[in-house]
Amino acid sequence: MSGGSILIFILKIFAAVTIAILGIMAGLIYKGIDRKLAARLQSRVGPPVRQPFLDFFKLMIKENIVPENAIPWIFNGAPVLALVSTITILFYIPYGSIPALFENSGDLILIAYLLTIPAVALVTGGFSSGSTYASIGAQREMVLMISYELPLVTTIIVLGWRLNLAFPGLKVFSLAALSANPIWGIVGPLGFLGALLLLLTLAIVTPAELSIVPFDLPEAETELAGGILVEYSGRNLALFELSNAVKMIVMGSLTIILFFPYNLAPLLHLTGFLAYIVDILFFFFKLFIVIFFEATLIRVALARLKIDQASIAYLIILSTVGLSGLLLIAIDYII
Amino acid sequence: MSISTYKIPIGPIHPSLAEPMTFNFEISGERIQSVDLAPGDNHRGIEFMARNRNVVQIIYLAERICGICSASHPFAFCRAVENAAGIEVPPRAEYIRVIIAELERIHSHILWAGIAAEELGFNSVLYLSWKVREEVLDLLEMLTGNRINYGMYMVGGVRRDITEEHIPQIRKTLEYYKDAYQTLEDVFLKDPSIALRTKNVGIMTYEDALHLASVGPTARASGVKKDVRQDQPYSAYADMDIKAITPDIYSGEVNGDVFDRIIVRILEVFQSVQIIEHCIDNLPDGEILSEPKIIKLLGVLKKAKGEGVGRHEAPRGEVIHYVKLNESENPEVWKARAPTYNNLMSWLPMLQRQEVADIPIVVASIDPCIGCMDRVTLVDSNTSKEQVLTREELIKLSIEKTRRILR
Repeated sequence: MSGGSILIFILKIFAAVTIAILGIMAGLIYKGIDRKLAARLQSRVGPPVRQPFLDFFKLMIKENIVPENAIPWIFNGAPVLALVSTITILFYIPYGSIPALFENSGDLILIAYLLTIPAVALVTGGFSSGSTYASIGAQREMVLMISYELPLVTTIIVLGWRLNLAFPGLKVFSLAALSANPIWGIVGPLGFLGALLLLLTLAIVTPAELSIVPFDLPEAETELAGGILVEYSGRNLALFELSNAVKMIVMGSLTIILFFPYNLAPLLHLTGFLAYIVDILFFFFKLFIVIFFEATLIRVALARLKIDQASIAYLIILSTVGLSGLLLIAIDYII
Repeated sequence: MSISTYKIPIGPIHPSLAEPMTFNFEISGERIQSVDLAPGDNHRGIEFMARNRNVVQIIYLAERICGICSASHPFAFCRAVENAAGIEVPPRAEYIRVIIAELERIHSHILWAGIAAEELGFNSVLYLSWKVREEVLDLLEMLTGNRINYGMYMVGGVRRDITEEHIPQIRKTLEYYKDAYQTLEDVFLKDPSIALRTKNVGIMTYEDALHLASVGPTARASGVKKDVRQDQPYSAYADMDIKAITPDIYSGEVNGDVFDRIIVRILEVFQSVQIIEHCIDNLPDGEILSEPKIIKLLGVLKKAKGEGVGRHEAPRGEVIHYVKLNESENPEVWKARAPTYNNLMSWLPMLQRQEVADIPIVVASIDPCIGCMDRVTLVDSNTSKEQVLTREELIKLSIEKTRRILR
C-alpha cells in the first residue's frame, strides 16, 4: 500500500467516527424535537429538547439485567448489531452537497438490506429474552417487517428503474446519481402523480421502521408493556434507543435523497466552504420537515392498529398505492 | 390436530391496568382461547374499619371507597342510613345532591374516555379529553371545595349550599359541555381509527348482559334498558323523566361492542348536562340539612333501629349500600356493593376469541374499579398460602353463619 492510500484510509476512518458521533447526536436532538413538537400538538408542555440525552446517560448508569432464561450472547449481541447496522447506513448518505463516505453502484440496494438488520436484531433479541411478552412482540415485528418490505422495495426499485430508462449507463442505484437527477424532473404529469404516490408509500413505511404509533405494535406499551424490549434494561436498552434515533435520521435522509435532493447553494451562487455549510444546514432543515410529517404528525393523529389491520394496511393497501405509482410512471414513459 | 396454546398473565401490575388485578390468558397465536380472573390483591377492609366508627365518620370512609365515585358511595350510604332511621331530606338538599352526582358523572365518563383512548395508543385524545374534563373539576372545586372527595353528603342533606353566585358559573360550565359534546362526538364517534379498533370488539350480547347481571353503561350498551334513575326514581330524579340511554339512540342498532359503550357514555355526558340544567332551573328554597347539629343527629342515629338500603346509579352502574342500625354508636352491618362487582363477569364473554391487542380496551371498556370491587383473599398466616373458596364452600359457610345468627 502506498503512503497516499494509507493516508486516505486513516482519513476515512476518522470521517467514519465523526459521522457516527454526529449522526447519533443529530438523532437524539431530532428525537427531542419530535417529542417537544408532539407535546405541543397535544397541548402539553413536553420534556426539554435535551431529554433523549438525559435518558441515554441515565440508562448507561443503570444495571444491565440479563434474564435467567435468556440466551446471553444473543441477548447482549442484538442491540450492538442493531446500532452498528444503522450507523453503517449513515456512511452511504450524501449530506447536502457533501458526498457520501462510501459510494458504489448498488448503495440503495445495500441500504434496503441494512435497514432490515435492526429489525432482525430486535426479533432475535426479543425471542432470546425468554419472556412471553417479548415473544409476542417479536412475532408482531416479524409480521410487520414482512408486510412493509414490499412497498418499501417497490419505491426504491421504481425510482432506479425510471432513472435507468432516462439515463442508460448511469449507476442508477447509487445515491449520488439519484440525488443528482430528482425524479420530478424526468417524468411527465402522469409520472409526477405516480412519484407522489411513491412518496406517500415511503412516508407511511417510515412509522413502522421507527416503530411509532400507529405501527408500534411490537412494543405496544399498554398491551405488551414494552413487548419486544420488555426484558431490556440499562446499557442494552440505551443502545436500542440510540439505534432507533439514528434510524430516524436514516429514514428522513432517504426520503430527502430520493425525493427532495435539491440544494440551496447553487441557487444563491455560493461556492467553496460556504456552500457546504449552507447546504448541510438546508439538509437538516429538510430533515426536520420530513420527520415532522413522517413521524410526529402521524403518531399524534392516529390510534395504534392491530397486527392484522397493520398487515393489511401494508401488504394490500399500501402495496396497491406503490404499484399504481409504478403503473403511472410506466404509462407516462410509454406515452 | 390440537391447537397448541400458551399462557400469558396480565397483571397484577401492568401498564394498562391502573389497579392490581390478574388475568390468566390461554392464547393461541394472537387469539384468546380462555381467560381466568384472579382478583384479591387490593382489598382494603373498609367495611371492617367502619365497625368502630359512628355513622358520620363512615361517610368519610364511604367517600374513599373510590376516587372517581366519591359522590356516589356517600350518596348511596346516606340514603341507606336515612332509610334505616327514617330521616326526611329537605327538597333543596335532594336537588343539590343530584347536581353533584351528575357533575361527577360528567367527569367520570370523560376521564374514562381518555383512558380508553390511551389503551388504544391514541395519546392525543387522552390529553384532549382530560383537558375537557378540567372544567367540571374546577366547577366541583368551586361548589364543594374539592376536586375529588367532595365532602358534600351528610345524613339528612348536604353540607354546603349552592348560592346565587354559583349559578352563573354552573351555567357557563354547562354551556361549555354542550359545545364540547361536538368535539367529543367528532373525536370518538366519527374518527375512523377509533372505529377500527372498537367496532365488533369485546361483544356482549343482550342475553349475556341479563344473565351476568351487568349494570350501568356496560349493560345499557348491550341494549338492556336498565338505570336506577329510570326504574326506581329517587331523590330529585323522581321529578324528572329520565330514560336509560342505549346505543340505538345514536346509531340505530345495538351491537354490544366497545364502540357502543363509548356511545352510551358520550351521550350520558350530555344527559347529565340536561339533568343539571333542570335542577338549577327548579332549585327549591329551604333548608339543606334536616338536622344541622351533628351531635343531635348522632343522638338520633344512636337510638335508631332498623335496616336500610340505599341505591344510586353511579357513573359505572348501580351502587348499593346496606346498613343495619341496632341502637348503638356504630352501625351493626355496613355492606357496600360497587358496580364493578357485577360487571366483573362480563369480561368473560367479552374477551372470548378476541386478540391480544384487544385486551386493554376490552378490560377498560367496563370502566373497572378494582379497589371498589375487591372483596377478600383468604391467607393462612402460618403458611402464608392463599386460598380460593369454591361456591359450595361459600354456601356452607353462609348457612353456618345464618344458623349462628338465628340462635
